[in-house]
Amino acid sequence: MKHLIPEFEELKKRLPPGLNSILVLPCLRRIQDDRGYIADEDVAGLVDYLGVPRIQIEEVLSFYTMLRRKPIGRWHLQVCRNVSCSMRGAERLIDHLAGRLGVKPGETTADGRFTLSTVECLGSCGTAPVVMVNERYHELQDAQSLDALIEGLKQS
Amino acid sequence: MTGRKILMNFEVTPDSHTLEAYLRRDGYQTIAKVLREMKPGDVTKEIVAAGIQGRGGAAFPAGRKWQVVDPYDGQPHYLIANADEGEPGTFKDRWVLEHTPHTLLESMLVAAYALGSRNTFVYIRGEFDQPYRRLAAAVEEAYKAGYFGENILGSGFSCDIYVFRGAGAYVCGEASSLLSSVEGSRGYPRNRPPRLTVKGLFQCPTVVNNVETLSNLAWIIRHGAEEYRKVGTAKSPGTRLISISGHINRPGTYEVEMGYPWARFLHEDCGGVLHGRKLKALIPGGISSQVLTAQDAKVLTADDAESMTLDHESFWDVGSSLGSGGMIAIAEGTCMVRLLQVMLRFYHHESCGQCTPCREGMGWAHRVIDRIVAGQGRPEDIDRLVHISKFNDGTTICGLGDAAGYATVAFIKHFRDEFEYFIEHKRSKNDGRLECLPEVANA
Repeated sequence: MKHLIPEFEELKKRLPPGLNSILVLPCLRRIQDDRGYIADEDVAGLVDYLGVPRIQIEEVLSFYTMLRRKPIGRWHLQVCRNVSCSMRGAERLIDHLAGRLGVKPGETTADGRFTLSTVECLGSCGTAPVVMVNERYHELQDAQSLDALIEGLKQS
Repeated sequence: MTGRKILMNFEVTPDSHTLEAYLRRDGYQTIAKVLREMKPGDVTKEIVAAGIQGRGGAAFPAGRKWQVVDPYDGQPHYLIANADEGEPGTFKDRWVLEHTPHTLLESMLVAAYALGSRNTFVYIRGEFDQPYRRLAAAVEEAYKAGYFGENILGSGFSCDIYVFRGAGAYVCGEASSLLSSVEGSRGYPRNRPPRLTVKGLFQCPTVVNNVETLSNLAWIIRHGAEEYRKVGTAKSPGTRLISISGHINRPGTYEVEMGYPWARFLHEDCGGVLHGRKLKALIPGGISSQVLTAQDAKVLTADDAESMTLDHESFWDVGSSLGSGGMIAIAEGTCMVRLLQVMLRFYHHESCGQCTPCREGMGWAHRVIDRIVAGQGRPEDIDRLVHISKFNDGTTICGLGDAAGYATVAFIKHFRDEFEYFIEHKRSKNDGRLECLPEVANA
């Protein structure tokens, strides 16, 4: 994480001075974007940099669902299965994706390309069902569009 | 058309979110006027007079929240826009963030000036991608143009803004847990009192307002409280962003003037229920508001003479609320037992685990409903769900467990026969379907 410190210093400019703990979540998210997950050495580095107790960072890591301690597949497919998406066919899409990729929700394909997850409401109910691929939303999905999406991702 | 507009009063184009387009819509003139002509107290007075109610769900008057804060008491004050839009069925704030983020930013400047806030935040939910990029770009544009930073427009007023991204916790939409999250801790809600306007972020007075609430402020200050009061109803002034989804022909976000005929909104503006079905039930304001049957909501037909109007008081009268403005329309033939299962799974997943009744109760309720859906329900399970819900009520720090309980009780009250049928016959009365598919003609 050391190479990210200049970026973190930049963030401090618009924050109230002296309140380093505000940076816990922003730093963790940036580290995860960089490495793909948060490693032990990142936690240790952040403890030194921000001067917050290690337990505080560990607590944060175990609380927020978007933060991970382990690497996952290159493409993270997160299918929303909350009320509105389920009412528009999300349950069928999850089965379809699981069948096509040969993994259950929560698992990664053997080649390390795809991780399939289910999530609760992504705030895209008007364009349900929605699948989030890494950072990006793909709205109004059906089995055909997802097949095309996966083919596209395999090529890239 | 759904009445007069305050937020959606321009045409959405591929560039309507940019500073250039916002300036063409007379953007940032209100803050210039405020800095030139008004004192912080004048702004607060205007907002109190406008009577705008919070748009996050509780409908608490925004002005009254502000009055608690004394801008001259010498401590730091913080202003936070709550963009942690996570209530299932709600996606209205996203419209503001994607299409007119500068409306939010200008309104936040107005609010920060009134409250004496040097530092402000937007807490945006972690998953939002496009809304975050648009908002972050707008912040950079505004800094570059001198609307944020030191000595704004030569007035001596300085204000910074930071867009804080969450990391996937529903409970952080609750104001006090949002503050815990900004402070770099688990998003645990806090007990009141002290109120957040007394001891909030880092123990300093803090105002947390919903994105939609804040976004209205620039308009209110520009046109005056009196003009604002002319829009909407006496008890619910202004407009409401309603995001509608589920079994509906034209889902999306609509700006609706308070007091607009509700049946007309559903059947005409939103195009009615999918595949010409009848409406079975309606969740009016996010899944934490109580479900209504079509009879109770009086929306069986477009011109129902008894039709309610879209405002807070009408929905309170029928025992529910407009809540967060996230409507979900449910068509005939949908299995309400399985729908409640989806909801309880959600609450179980999102319970933060701080208070025992909610942590244990949500898991328990989830296991009971799973058991019913698996065909292993017992006759006493229905009352057990009600018991868990009632036990939860008022015994926890935040409202997550309460809301889950109210939702459960409303489902059972209106659709008890479906739960009884499921337990007795070990299958759904409605094929267990959540989707609304076109009728297949019988051969």
